[in-house]
Amino acid sequence: MEQTLLQLDQLSKNYGSLKAVDQLSITLKKGNIYGLLGPNGSGKSTTLGMVLNVINPSKGSFQWYGGKLSTHQALKKIGAIIERPNFYPYMTALQNLKLICKIKQCKTEKIQDKLELVGLWDRRNSKFRTYSLGMKQRLAIAAALVNDPELLILDEPTNGLDPEGIHQIRKLIVKIAEKGTTILLASHLLDEVEKVCNHVIVLKNGVKFYEGPVDQISQSFGYFQLRAKDPQKLKSVLEKIPQIQSIKEEKGDLIGYLNADMEAEELSQKLAAAKIFVTHMAKKKPSLEDQFLSLTQS
Amino acid sequence: MRLLSIELYKIWHNRTSRILILSYFLLIFSIAILSTINVEIGPIKFNLAEQGIFNFPYIWHFNTFMIALLKIFFAVIIVAMIGNEYSYKTLKQNLIDGLSKEEFLKSKLYAILAFVFISTLLVFIISLILGGIYSDYNEFQIIFSDLEYLLAYTVKLFGFFTFCLFLSILIKRSAFALGFLALWQVFEGIAYGLMRWKLSDIIPELSAEQVIVFFPLNAMGNLIKEPFSRLSAIQNIADQIGEGFTKDYEISAFNLMIVLIWSALFIWASYGLLKRRDL
Repeated sequence: MEQTLLQLDQLSKNYGSLKAVDQLSITLKKGNIYGLLGPNGSGKSTTLGMVLNVINPSKGSFQWYGGKLSTHQALKKIGAIIERPNFYPYMTALQNLKLICKIKQCKTEKIQDKLELVGLWDRRNSKFRTYSLGMKQRLAIAAALVNDPELLILDEPTNGLDPEGIHQIRKLIVKIAEKGTTILLASHLLDEVEKVCNHVIVLKNGVKFYEGPVDQISQSFGYFQLRAKDPQKLKSVLEKIPQIQSIKEEKGDLIGYLNADMEAEELSQKLAAAKIFVTHMAKKKPSLEDQFLSLTQS
Repeated sequence: MRLLSIELYKIWHNRTSRILILSYFLLIFSIAILSTINVEIGPIKFNLAEQGIFNFPYIWHFNTFMIALLKIFFAVIIVAMIGNEYSYKTLKQNLIDGLSKEEFLKSKLYAILAFVFISTLLVFIISLILGGIYSDYNEFQIIFSDLEYLLAYTVKLFGFFTFCLFLSILIKRSAFALGFLALWQVFEGIAYGLMRWKLSDIIPELSAEQVIVFFPLNAMGNLIKEPFSRLSAIQNIADQIGEGFTKDYEISAFNLMIVLIWSALFIWASYGLLKRRDL
């Protein structure tokens, strides 16, 4: 039986007449890795702000651990990073983490472990204000992990980082995910989500657009990428195959979109029967980015 | 205790506030320096300590009044600490880490209370020592009379600091909060002037003096009245020029009540602001 960590019920937030989050209902269960997707301004951060006790909901409610714990008690058992790392600049990394342990009422033994995990143990006695953005972000991850959280909430963890920093953070997230921590990753960077998440929730204008497993985000059956010496003939043959919904030309290749399941072998046989021999053939699934765009732009 | 230790941890690891606090406690002791003031101009010899400022029970009045002037040091720390929580966004982070808004406010309040308590204790000790050295009267009953000045001192500091707490939560920027505090002092002055000028025309039964005692800073100021005109030397001069006066220097329970009610209002309003605002 999966334990419910967080349940949102018709949660809404209005800023004047603007509906930042509109009647959002989500359930997060233990053991999953969730991606919260949406373009900038779609209400991701507002939603997280509400469940993290910093933004007051306009309407609706949310419950941590099925209502067994009050919000601030529950927050002691989770870890969260929001947009920018916020620490006391005049304290060292170690002092900052000790303060967080006091607040979360957890043991300080894990501090060394976590600082080593993010590669900051050698800089533990440097003041926070001397850190680079990448280091600050990594310290934020260490801080979020210091209580061995049951749920880790990450809001745009790679925002503003250079490629090196992004790569480090991603590796970290994968590492943490492998340990079995439940993660909620909010991002507008789709490949980030695609690589680690098994569930996605898509928001647009504060409304839930889609919720479910990553690979079922759209009803797409994928597409074939084909090349032949005689593209015109190939095209006319493809048009006669019922499973091919539409055909598009792209950089000399033909892209045939499917409307039903079809294996590459079957198509190959059909083409061969029509005396067409392709020089290149590949069956592809649309990337999360393509699916996301088709979902939010419709 | 957990909340207090969280707040002290934050204050203690900030170098500026650590220096401010230490210098505050040192300055309290500097009142002893007053005793060494010795003026000799020709035949006139003047020693402050011998003018009776350190006599029991007058010393309770004098020291609490003088040392209360130093309260601005800790006011700066309170305002800066809360201003920092907003500008570093660590208030947001504290809440996300599992501190409730109520606990956040409580941790600040406990720090204020601890500070007020230590400050009062120091005033008590230093007055005992100075009085022990210089006082003309050393009977037990005289030493421990008029201790209500210490109570007034405690309430005065607590009232002032809760006002600072409220202002810094309201304004969020430490410099502006301190500026507003100064502005408020000016405002009370102007309000008093206006009331003296016009109030009796509008409501004949009310005088400006009756209204101004309800204003927060004025109420705090009224708790311990200036002790100088109470000195025998000054009383003598006044008598000689025929301006003998009597003034009530007592601590009034009414004034204490006003300040405590303001404190409660400030705390309640601070909590309301914290609760209502999104971060």
